[in-house]
Amino acid sequence: MQCETVSLQLAEVADGLEKLPAHSAEHVKSCLRCQAELAQYRKLLRALMALRDRRLVPDDYLLDEILDVLRPPASVHLLHRRGRRTAYLGGLAAATAAGAAGAIVIAAKLAQGRQRLAS
Amino acid sequence: MESAEVDELVEAARSGDHGAFEELVRQTYTDTYTLALRLVGDEEDARDVVQETYLRVHKGLKKFRGEARFSTWLHRITANCANTYLGRRGRHQHEPLPEEPVVASVQSADDPEESVRVRGLRDELSLAVHALPPKLRAVLVLRDVYGLPHNEIAEQLEITESAAKVRLHRARKRLREQLYPLGHEEQVRAM
Repeated sequence: MQCETVSLQLAEVADGLEKLPAHSAEHVKSCLRCQAELAQYRKLLRALMALRDRRLVPDDYLLDEILDVLRPPASVHLLHRRGRRTAYLGGLAAATAAGAAGAIVIAAKLAQGRQRLAS
Repeated sequence: MESAEVDELVEAARSGDHGAFEELVRQTYTDTYTLALRLVGDEEDARDVVQETYLRVHKGLKKFRGEARFSTWLHRITANCANTYLGRRGRHQHEPLPEEPVVASVQSADDPEESVRVRGLRDELSLAVHALPPKLRAVLVLRDVYGLPHNEIAEQLEITESAAKVRLHRARKRLREQLYPLGHEEQVRAM
């Protein structure tokens, strides 16, 4: 029995759910190299299991993002309505400001024209 | 994560209490994000997976009958979303692992030196897991970190059970070779 053959099976049985074939198990009993490899797999699996207790922290915004996505349609609708209202008022304000600015420009040009005529 | 409180929240959320559902999200989203990040390996992608997961949970909660633990059910959905996401993106390159901020770790403070040594090993292990190809990493994370059975993993990743096992064994082999690069004799002496 070659170590290479057994080596392929060790990764499969390291968690103890499956067993090595009898002839492989016999080989491992007498082979320090395969015993070491099996011990490494077991150590690795213990370390992987321990990772489950290790939590990775997202930034503070993730929770808000999730809750936004989940917000019931009524409140989404309300938000949209609020958004539309804000946009409407903003547009109205911008149009008023543009109108006022235009009126000032026209008034200034008219005044300049009158001055030229007077002189 | 599992507690009587979570069970109560699940029950309330199933009966339409949106506040209970939001609280359920608050209590579970860090764990969901952790799994998603381990599966997709990228913070931004993990955020998308988490959002998609909770949308599916929200839609499917009424069908959840409590046969499995809520956390197991949530893990399954997260795995499925991550798989869909990876498939859609078709992105399989390895990106550098962002530093893993640890919130809670079951770690004994009795022996500070031992504590540091174990933490070092865990960091090394996290990096090695991240460096695996996504297909191998997903199976390894779901089986060896989260303990999902092979048939569940196969179902969520849309592969056969034997393919799941083959990937798992290949992933374990790669990790072992990476984490224990010493010669066998040296390893025996070291142990």
